Amino acid sequence: MKKKYCLLILTLLLVTGCNEELDCCVQPEQFTVTLNFTHHWNGLKITPQDFNELKFTNENGERLSIERLRYLVSNISLINSKNYHLIDVGENYGTSITFPELTDESYALSFRFGFSDEDNTDGTYQDLNSVSFNVPEILGGGYHFMQFDGKYVDNNNEASGFNYHTIKAVDRTDPDNLKFEDTSFEVNLGTIVVADTTEIEIKMNLAEWFKNPNTWNLNELNTVLMPNFEAQKMMRANGGSVFSLGVVN
Amino acid sequence: MIKPYIYFFAFFLLTCCSSKEEEIYTPIPYNLEIPALFADKLIAPIIPTDNLLTEEGVLLGKKLFFDKKLSGDNTQACSSCHNPKKAFTDQQQFSAGVQGEFGARNAMPLFNLAWNFDERFAWDGKEFGLEQQALEPVSNPIEMHANWNLVVQKLQESTEYPSLFLRAFGASEIDAKLVTKAIAQFERTLISGDSKFDKYLLGETSLTQEEQNGFNVFMDEAKGDCFHCHGSNNNPLWTDNAFHNNGLDTTFQDLGFGTVTGDPNDNGKFKSPSIRNLAFTAPYMHDGRFATLEEVINHYSEGLQKSSTIDPLMKKVNEGGVHLSPKDKNDLKAFLLSLTDREFINNPNFQE
Repeated sequence: MKKKYCLLILTLLLVTGCNEELDCCVQPEQFTVTLNFTHHWNGLKITPQDFNELKFTNENGERLSIERLRYLVSNISLINSKNYHLIDVGENYGTSITFPELTDESYALSFRFGFSDEDNTDGTYQDLNSVSFNVPEILGGGYHFMQFDGKYVDNNNEASGFNYHTIKAVDRTDPDNLKFEDTSFEVNLGTIVVADTTEIEIKMNLAEWFKNPNTWNLNELNTVLMPNFEAQKMMRANGGSVFSLGVVN
Repeated sequence: MIKPYIYFFAFFLLTCCSSKEEEIYTPIPYNLEIPALFADKLIAPIIPTDNLLTEEGVLLGKKLFFDKKLSGDNTQACSSCHNPKKAFTDQQQFSAGVQGEFGARNAMPLFNLAWNFDERFAWDGKEFGLEQQALEPVSNPIEMHANWNLVVQKLQESTEYPSLFLRAFGASEIDAKLVTKAIAQFERTLISGDSKFDKYLLGETSLTQEEQNGFNVFMDEAKGDCFHCHGSNNNPLWTDNAFHNNGLDTTFQDLGFGTVTGDPNDNGKFKSPSIRNLAFTAPYMHDGRFATLEEVINHYSEGLQKSSTIDPLMKKVNEGGVHLSPKDKNDLKAFLLSLTDREFINNPNFQE
């Protein structure tokens, strides 16, 4: 019996001792996570060198090129505070976002494409104003979510411009009573376990913007899409399948 | 025998004092007055850490900017083509150099240059940084056509400049690098942000109906759609400082940005100029082809020319453009002119 008590006390001491040591002396491990946004067309990798060529074909059979691709992601879940990031693919700007000093070992990785209504406040963000990413006040103000510009081969076999610009949708049927619909959306990429230094690839398939669920007809919907309420809702719907998780290492 | 040593000692002391003066004079930091709208809406201006603005540097830069010693035959200064009364341009299609030769580009107006965040200057973006930009016109044979060594020699031999350089940069030995640093400092102080439209945004005045409608045309993607390249009420630079082919030609005599990048996809692209102070900066476009604002507006409305590099933001190119109504055109012009900043062109700090 004595032996048992001794063993119990020893065990308790050890456990308590370990706890004390953990509380007082061991710093929580820190991790650095980098999100790499990459871009492809149905699996074909896209870099700025692929811009300006009519080398992609959308679901509707229209050949098209990419000339400008800038988009905004916000509230990446790796940190608790509000955050936003502009990604300019043509200028190779913002495609890698590093989060140092993270302390959790796993995260439910998510972000928002664009700004939620709450964050989409007109003229607030100096860096976005400075690169003219604003939306006119007559459309409700705030910011673009994406500027995707290029050319497509139209029904007359001529290259014409398209401006696939996504914003908060606005219905201007009654100019005195504008109706808005939040067309930003959350992208959930599942649970990620991180190590000391983790690189996470987030892939955007540009073909999906023209494909699923709405087969996009560029001959009908090419420019002046910002004030087009229905087009904005369709773009939002197609955006649902654009992002996916790539390589994690 | 002692006297020569005393003289030597005195000379040594004087030399020490002189070099110590160079070391210890600290130029006064220049307080750049940033307009409220700029401070509110934009990120900080670009001021290189190796060329911070000082009172002495700006003053020296201003003197150099207006000094004809910078040209080969002492007949032209920077200000000859960049006149403050004309928003620092010259209202000529092309400017004559010291030998009467003309270039192929319109002299650009100068203001708000510190907010050119990519720091590519000139119509084709060939100069990186204001200091670098200031080097080129001095030695360009069809502009000021000077030899930099001779310019430096003239400045060095003047009675005023060595001491001014000493105070500004702590060095009385002048070189081209210091000259361009001083000019760049002055140029960064050229801020235009006090037009009627600025006052309107600050709640200090109201717009006419024409100006308000013109602004709406400017901001309407289905009409002017000017805001994608030329800023907005939230970007008071009224330019994106980027390079676009705005549909001037079907083929290009002047490749513009393409010459600089070597990329054929950039052929025919030129920097979007700010639309501030258009009342003073005619003629318009990189080659000054349009004499009036009406011609500019007509170009975007009906005159767009298709080419392989035309910007996708140009709408209805096959029809020449979006065909604005006469009223919208007139109102758009009224709005554009509301960005006229007379305080800027009359600012005594910017005059000779």
